[in-house]
Amino acid sequence: MESIRIEETGLNLEATELRLGLPGRDKIEKETISSFNKNKRAAPKSAEDDESKANDDIKHHHHEAAPAAKAQVIGWPPIRSYRKNNFAPKKAEAEYGNYVKVSMDGAPYLRKIDLKVYNGYTDLLKALENMFKLSIGEYSEREGYKGSEHAPTYEDKDGDLMLVGDVPWDMFMSTCKRLRIMKGSEARGLGCAV
Amino acid sequence: MCLYNVMNYFPEEVLELVFNLLTTHRDRNAVSLVCKSWYSVERFSRERVFIGNCYAISPERMIGRFPRVRSLTLKGKPHFADFNLVPPDWGGFVFPWIEAMVKSGVNLEELKLKRMVVSDDSLELLARSFVNFKSLVLVSCEGFSTDGLAAIASNCRHLRELDLQENEVEDHRGQWLSCFPESCTSLVSLNFACLRGEVNLSALERLVARCRNLSSLKLNHAVPVDALQKILVQAPQLQELGAGSYVHDPDSETCKKLKNTIQNCTSIRSLSGFLEVAPRCLPAVYPVCANLTSLNLSYAPGIYSKDLIKLIRHCRKLQRLWILDYIGDKGLGVVASSCKELQELRVFPSDLHGAGNTAVTEEGLVAISSGCRKLNSLLYFCQQMTNAALITVAKNCPNFIRFRLCTLNPTIPDPVTMQPLDEGFGAIVQSSKGLKRLSLSGLLTDKVFLYIGMYAEQLEMLSVAFAGGSDKGMVYVLNGCKKLKKLEIRDSPFGNMALLADMGKYETMRSLWMSSCEVTLGACKTLAKKMPNLNVEIINETEQMDANSDESQKVEKMYLYRTLVGARSDAPEFVWTL
Repeated sequence: MESIRIEETGLNLEATELRLGLPGRDKIEKETISSFNKNKRAAPKSAEDDESKANDDIKHHHHEAAPAAKAQVIGWPPIRSYRKNNFAPKKAEAEYGNYVKVSMDGAPYLRKIDLKVYNGYTDLLKALENMFKLSIGEYSEREGYKGSEHAPTYEDKDGDLMLVGDVPWDMFMSTCKRLRIMKGSEARGLGCAV
Repeated sequence: MCLYNVMNYFPEEVLELVFNLLTTHRDRNAVSLVCKSWYSVERFSRERVFIGNCYAISPERMIGRFPRVRSLTLKGKPHFADFNLVPPDWGGFVFPWIEAMVKSGVNLEELKLKRMVVSDDSLELLARSFVNFKSLVLVSCEGFSTDGLAAIASNCRHLRELDLQENEVEDHRGQWLSCFPESCTSLVSLNFACLRGEVNLSALERLVARCRNLSSLKLNHAVPVDALQKILVQAPQLQELGAGSYVHDPDSETCKKLKNTIQNCTSIRSLSGFLEVAPRCLPAVYPVCANLTSLNLSYAPGIYSKDLIKLIRHCRKLQRLWILDYIGDKGLGVVASSCKELQELRVFPSDLHGAGNTAVTEEGLVAISSGCRKLNSLLYFCQQMTNAALITVAKNCPNFIRFRLCTLNPTIPDPVTMQPLDEGFGAIVQSSKGLKRLSLSGLLTDKVFLYIGMYAEQLEMLSVAFAGGSDKGMVYVLNGCKKLKKLEIRDSPFGNMALLADMGKYETMRSLWMSSCEVTLGACKTLAKKMPNLNVEIINETEQMDANSDESQKVEKMYLYRTLVGARSDAPEFVWTL
């Protein structure tokens, strides 16, 4: 998936484009956007990297003069198309992993796990079973985790307590703030239709 | 009696034995020029044939000269095809070669192809026709699917090597891997890392278990960690391992098992892959790091500086390292202090669309050069470079054979002095007297080419982009670099004067590529007319150029190469051979 576009020299579409604002703003906007992106990328680094980050910032200033249009030259940087098509870099924000607290009712202390490490719900539930030495069982949309003493729940972005397994894994990963393994009667209550 | 006369009376069998000790094609080519009888002995005894441009000679003529060929290497498209500068369907088909060899009864055992179009039909014909076929290596090829692979697996009874590197392969959801019969035990090398689809994991395990000589195995992303662990149990003798998916919970049973299993694989010298990876699981491979000579993490997403550094600290014997720029300048400093045996380094950009953010700069390179004095091969994508840094690198490492630098902004000057990078590259070519391959970037004037022409006596391949000021630049190179084989230029102000300055030179070279330069149709026509042993191809995508076109029109893309067989018959519509 490549976003490199052929520079349109012949048609000069920009000249006929309708836009609000003073002429000449376009270039400034482009440069602002590109330096904004640079800052965003540099942000989430650990303390160790702070020094190099400071150096990076200084260096970035030196070539804010480089026109943003250069970023869209065909075939530059010269990387094999196979490599371009088959490499999906993770964003810098992902560096820390997606750690969430896991509490179990009745346990003296909480644990923390990195959701990014798991392939999906089966993987995650197996890991929880191992970690807390219990059995959670199979998910069913109708009855939750029937037959088990425990129900895995999580607190989502809105602060609501949700049953693990209802939404697609990717959505779960991005909305889950913390996990809670409920026990006993409270757990069974969650599985009932309301 | 002089030596020449003595040599004349050597029986041919002896000459053949002597020639078989020659390892390089260059040497064989040289002895074949000595006299008629040597030519004859050499051609009948040559088993390994290398053809750097598949259009320089026809299959029939190749077979005619080397009827005993057993191992053939062919290269197709020009190098810039890697970067989408050559339209698809340009050419480079392997089928005619296979067909011709089948017709002539060649006993083909090995085929290595680079940048060629390989159809499933070609693979099927190959698999069915050559009983002793042993080795297939495809690099940056396209045009085939897993059906073709199934044909190879089913029919090549003595297959030792199936090595697929960075090919675009269509996945037909077949069970190609299961097509290896139970009787197949001869595999030594299997690399299917570039395949996108699923493979039958139990078939893979059984295959590995019965191929006791398997020494190189590179898996694709569809092979999960638990399968990897089971495979490694069957193949503790592996020397090269490419992990597929490497995602698992570090506290899990699988991880513990894996760690133990890997510890048993004491022959592993090369690691690659990690196509999907959870960095916290990397410590499982630390046991093999101490003996690693080659590490390729350039396709491993999400391993950032900290984890990379931890891993690399264990790899004290590393000779080859391919990584992403996540490693950062600091990380390169750690490489420099840990990997004293390093010879080849490639640092790839993680931000692939060139918007311009890498974590490596000239500092990382300088650190490497001062710690890794044996460095002889470099590919380095970076944000910026300074002349001072290049001069220091040149001083520290005078043994470069390959030096390829790529600044993400192709015309960026030295950010400290705002000068072009002429002096820096000049220092490199002056100090590395054995330099064979060079790629330039950054702001560059004709001066850098003057230096290259003066000092780069062994240079065989030069890549130029957005560089130079006038025709003089190109002329310096053509005049000075006596061993030049391949010259590729894009977006540089070289025109007709340079192109026509020394037309005979091109017959001593494999090829010349010029795109978005100042060369006109008229000059190309002149060149084609004067040099009948060159194919001068004009590649037109947007503007159709034909016989009615104005000769002063600039040519978008021109690719010329020496050939013994004239214009090729398989050229598509958009290619015009003058």
